[in-house]
Amino acid sequence: MELFEMSLHELSLLLQEKQVSSVELTESVLERIRVVDPKVQAFVTITEAIARQQALQADARITRGDAAPLTGVPVQVKDLICTEGILTTCSSKMLGTFVPPYDATVVKRLHMQNSVLVGKGNMDEFAMGSSTENSAFHPTRNPWDLGRVPGGSSGGGAAAVAAGESIFALGSDTGGSIRQPAALCGVTGLKPTYGLVSRSGLIAFASSLDQIGPLARDVEDCALILNAIAGYDPLDSTSIPGARPDYTKSLLPDVRGLRIGLPQEYFGDGIASEVEKAVMDAANVLRMAGAVVETCSLPLTRYALAVYYIIAPSECSANLARYDGVKYGFSYDAATSMWEGLEFTRALGFGSEVKRRVLLGTYALSSGYYDAYYLKALKVRTLIRNEMDEAFQHFDALVSPTSPTVAFRFGERTSDPVSMYKSDVCTIPMNIAGVPSISVPCGFSDGLPIGLQITGNHLAEETILRIGYTYQQLTDWHTRRPSL
Amino acid sequence: MRLGREDVLHVAALCRIALSDEEVEILQDHLSGILGQFEHLKEVNTDSISPMGHSGSMNTVTRDDCPVSPLPTEDILANAPRREGDFFRVFPVLEDH
Repeated sequence: MELFEMSLHELSLLLQEKQVSSVELTESVLERIRVVDPKVQAFVTITEAIARQQALQADARITRGDAAPLTGVPVQVKDLICTEGILTTCSSKMLGTFVPPYDATVVKRLHMQNSVLVGKGNMDEFAMGSSTENSAFHPTRNPWDLGRVPGGSSGGGAAAVAAGESIFALGSDTGGSIRQPAALCGVTGLKPTYGLVSRSGLIAFASSLDQIGPLARDVEDCALILNAIAGYDPLDSTSIPGARPDYTKSLLPDVRGLRIGLPQEYFGDGIASEVEKAVMDAANVLRMAGAVVETCSLPLTRYALAVYYIIAPSECSANLARYDGVKYGFSYDAATSMWEGLEFTRALGFGSEVKRRVLLGTYALSSGYYDAYYLKALKVRTLIRNEMDEAFQHFDALVSPTSPTVAFRFGERTSDPVSMYKSDVCTIPMNIAGVPSISVPCGFSDGLPIGLQITGNHLAEETILRIGYTYQQLTDWHTRRPSL
Repeated sequence: MRLGREDVLHVAALCRIALSDEEVEILQDHLSGILGQFEHLKEVNTDSISPMGHSGSMNTVTRDDCPVSPLPTEDILANAPRREGDFFRVFPVLEDH
């Protein structure tokens, strides 16, 4: 097996035992990027020189004998996470030349372990989308079928990990943007509990929903990455205070006695039969391993999509008000007045989906509609959260499909926003409730990966990691690699 | 309910985005279609339910009042589209009449 194909935890051991150097590993990944990225296009920026320099520093640290689990391991960071001195574009023309003056807290935490930045991941513009087709620069292609989308918005991260262009990636998940591309590209992706990982330096989309998390080869890798990035941060006022556990301690191949719910609303209408079958098979694997698996019902799930597509655009309309052509980013040069400057900066700097969502959110917040849309959505959000709290009185975790379908073709959903929005129907409720959720590969349909979503209660990362880990000890879907 | 041209232009003015005629027409369709998907929220009884702005457990977080050094002026101005000395240059605010 080539170095670029191996998991983080395998490579971490090889590095620390000095069987492989970070320079060798980094060169293996950079060479892989050179060969396959012209086809996959998972990157906005490739940071080759920085990677080589960081690999040397990592090797020096390993020689000193104080290596951490991520030391010397190549990572791709989604292009909405600020990296000091390195272009951070949000895949938008608006930030096409933006070079942040500081690192996001998660990037500082990667530096603390001396991981190796190989580049910045392509995404839907400002994380708005489910296919990475909304990148202002280029779409990313699914490594399993280059005629299909990788999912989104963290499509660059999922595709890079699947294609061996990075060992792991950091993404962000507002309504499924880590889990859905992980499912469509056959990798493992975790959205932590809201507030577990600092968002300082994450360019905001919808602040009550956004959360940073890992995309990686397997659950064990996700636990190692979560150990590195989770933690209280005074720079993020939504950061949960207190210490974080050692997530690798939850990697036990044992689900005996765990109660797992199968919410019936996540099956049936709108869910591809092959996806449903693979997820039911996965539930049976967990049942055979000793979990108590029962169907359950979360009737308010049917309102989650509407709640999300009111709340997220409303918050985005406020967050994106900062793009005024004055402080940073694109600016319309020919303006003769302030309003013209603002209106044309935003008209020419934003792509069509971003404009659509800013308008939608502005409408939902505008006088006369605020109560009917925004306030109503916040109230239904309370009910959805209560319903999920209630479910976790009975169950340790819920399992469901991550995405209703496997990867779809380019252009298939771009002309109809509602059909694109429905790509997120299984992942959105977890962002609304703020609970942790992980997608693990659980099968294939016509050669395309299927994802199993495992959701836990607030701060129950350890439970979902344990279930995912057990599942991956009993199956080998996560070890399959696309041929490129 | 289909949004009219004036509705779209009103919202676009609120969020300061100039739209072409073609964009206005497409947005009339798209926004109307999306808003149509929200209609069924009306059937949920939310009387006496408190709105939930976020899922976190903290409210009104304040930090200790300790001064820290700000980023250097030059770092902040490095991304400015237009500057004059140590200032951002803004669009013309006062118009000729």
